[in-house]
Amino acid sequence: MTAQTASNPPSFSVRRLFVKVGVLPFFLIAALVIFTLLSPKFLTGQNLINVARQSVYLVLVSMGQMIVLISGGFDLSVGTSIALTSVVSALGMVWFAGMFPDAVWVAILFGALLGFGVALIVGLVNGAGVAYFDVSPFIMTLGVSSVGAGLALFLTGGVPVSDLPFEFGDTFGFGRVFAIPVPVIVALVVIAVMWILMSRTRLGTQIYAVGGNIKAAHLSAINTKKTLLFAYVICALIASLTGLLLTARVESGEANLGGTIALESIAACVIAGVSLRGGIGRVENVVLGAFFIVLVQNGMNLAQVSSYMQMVLLGALLILAVIFDQLRYRILMSGT
Amino acid sequence: MSSPSLISTSQLTKQYPGVRALDGVDFELSAGEVHVLFGENGAGKSTLISMLAGANTPSSGKIVLNGEVASFESVADAQGQGIYTVFQEFSLIPTLTVAQNIFLGWEPRFGPFLDHRTMRSRSREMLSELGFDIDPGQLVAQLSRAQQQMVEITKAFHGNLKALILDEPTASLSDREVDHLFDFIKRLKSEGVGIIYISHRIQEFARIADRVTVLRDGAKVGTVAMEDTDDDLLVEMMTGRAIDEIYPQIAHNPAETLLEVDQLVGIGVKGASFSVKAGEVLGVAGLVGSGKSRLFRTIMGLGSKQSGRVTYCGRDISNLSTREIIQAGIYYLSPDRKAEGLDLAKTSRDNLAVNLVMGREVASGERLVQWKRVDRGVSTISDTVELHQTYRRKPVAQLSGGNQQKVLFGKCFGQEADLIIFDEPTVGVDMGTRSALYRLIRDLSEAGKAIVIISSDLPEVLNLAHRMIVLAHGHISGELSGDDMTEDQVLKLFFDESGVET
Repeated sequence: MTAQTASNPPSFSVRRLFVKVGVLPFFLIAALVIFTLLSPKFLTGQNLINVARQSVYLVLVSMGQMIVLISGGFDLSVGTSIALTSVVSALGMVWFAGMFPDAVWVAILFGALLGFGVALIVGLVNGAGVAYFDVSPFIMTLGVSSVGAGLALFLTGGVPVSDLPFEFGDTFGFGRVFAIPVPVIVALVVIAVMWILMSRTRLGTQIYAVGGNIKAAHLSAINTKKTLLFAYVICALIASLTGLLLTARVESGEANLGGTIALESIAACVIAGVSLRGGIGRVENVVLGAFFIVLVQNGMNLAQVSSYMQMVLLGALLILAVIFDQLRYRILMSGT
Repeated sequence: MSSPSLISTSQLTKQYPGVRALDGVDFELSAGEVHVLFGENGAGKSTLISMLAGANTPSSGKIVLNGEVASFESVADAQGQGIYTVFQEFSLIPTLTVAQNIFLGWEPRFGPFLDHRTMRSRSREMLSELGFDIDPGQLVAQLSRAQQQMVEITKAFHGNLKALILDEPTASLSDREVDHLFDFIKRLKSEGVGIIYISHRIQEFARIADRVTVLRDGAKVGTVAMEDTDDDLLVEMMTGRAIDEIYPQIAHNPAETLLEVDQLVGIGVKGASFSVKAGEVLGVAGLVGSGKSRLFRTIMGLGSKQSGRVTYCGRDISNLSTREIIQAGIYYLSPDRKAEGLDLAKTSRDNLAVNLVMGREVASGERLVQWKRVDRGVSTISDTVELHQTYRRKPVAQLSGGNQQKVLFGKCFGQEADLIIFDEPTVGVDMGTRSALYRLIRDLSEAGKAIVIISSDLPEVLNLAHRMIVLAHGHISGELSGDDMTEDQVLKLFFDESGVET
């Protein structure tokens, strides 16, 4: 494919690039140019490293969102998985540490497992609703997100859970291994696992096939219901992992973590060429897509755009990306 | 015909990027005649009528209506000038009633409000005038496809009708309904309406056609009067080759019985029993709604089984899921390649890879997919189905119907099935590709696979099958083999009434 692209005249390769990877390269260049002009601090090594570190959480959630999008649905409840994980794992850690003050690491493990457990339930409920009861992903995950958010607030009474073991935040929030922040290492591992999952395993192939044409997948001996269930469970578990990292970072269990992350992760995926119709999308592009969203937020901060206007721009960006996705799909289908 | 021409076209051409869909066609329709357009898929019939209907504009050439050069801005504009078209794809809204659909866009009003009473009573009159037995208050979604077709036709009949274009109107109608339609066409004809009729059912032409125009590859092959021609001649004009060049001879070496179906009952299937042997081609014929497709979908676990037994290679598969049945070694090719067969946005390689990854070859205990091996498998399959190199890297949506069907055929090679069920294997496929697909079926059968061909195209079944079953009203009305497999015999079984519930 690369040889082919190179041999074509430039006007064609712009189009080809657009069809192949989507709108991201164009958005990325535009963002770099605009923000460099607006702020001299933007295009510095220090700032870009900052952006890379901040983007870890969105990259992770986008990995999970991508799986669900490729399977032909979407998950609006990723923020809820994060909040529930944060609250439940924090409560677990505090409770366990109170009972056995000496076994700090056991307490952390216990809390983390509780967090994963509750996210697993979120994923199973989402997946079962979509796969076995034919509820539209929109309604299913919207409903679950309300249920989960309510539960998280109910469990804490709206008050953050504090007094987490010091080691938890120190390791997973601010720790470094070989000078690399722990969250970055976690993200790199998840990216690698996801890349292998999507491109080298049968489950990955099945997810692409189910999103592309679920009936055709069914007639190709794929267990479509189980595949969908897996997609939602994996998404919820990755969100849960992100929730733990964020909890460690803020050193408390908070029910309002991840409030805007559903929108941001969907935007990151769509901008990175994941089709809202399902079946299309690549791990490495989604990483860049999430990086792009954080880059834009960082650029807007440096350019002193108010956070309210940032919301406006982010929503507009998502819609724009979807319009380009439609255009790309049309070109892909007609070949003209 | 001595009557003056109602519509004529001269040198009508439609150029799309890279394709000339219609190439300088002269066509003429007289008042009070039924003029059949005949040709393979992609021959240009749809392009021609879309321009006459106002849905499309010609690149060059002109359309003359009643002696004056006409140009149609839109379908509504063409209707305003008296040309009505019933397209193959329905324009009905399933959630509205029949009456609402018929009056969509020109609803009778009562001041600013809709006048539902008039709408219903006028629709009732229109439907009964056409002899269609449909309640105007019913929702379109609840109607059968044939009834929907009737509503579609009814919808076309308002205003001043000069010419009526019918695109494959009988594709989903039962015989009684076809009779109705033909009576109705004759009545319109006697009133001086010109009718352009597109159909693949060559046996219908003798009943209604005055003239036939044959198109091939976007160009006109010729126009003949129906009384001067016959079916074989028309097929030769359409394909450019004689009929016996299309169907290969398939050697018949029946071996052990693979599939045994015993008193299978499901929704729309009433107690079917038959068997299929390795090395044999079993043909399945029946009218639309006879349950011929449903029988095999039920066997595949796509419809619910109520009772009866299905055994494959001695193993009871009655209660297995579709996935398990495919893994046991039966593969079913859907008649609807777009909706159920292929992932249109992906390349043929991606489509075929799914089956290789799911199939026995790659599945055996490996954790990771070996893409190199899958790709080798994909190229072997693509070679086998003669998919041209340039099409292999394009999204399937961009391929012609024939090439899409080749990809769909390729999927059964990935799955390594021993019994392959082809449901309408050549629907919307041009004649050249058809014979390539038939050769594939021959190769599979002669390699010892068991083959089932379900088809509405009777010559296809008669020419390829060694043995055939005919379905009517959801049950098997007869089994034919050898010299008994004639059109007359099959037609008799088509109308067998013994399965009708009293």
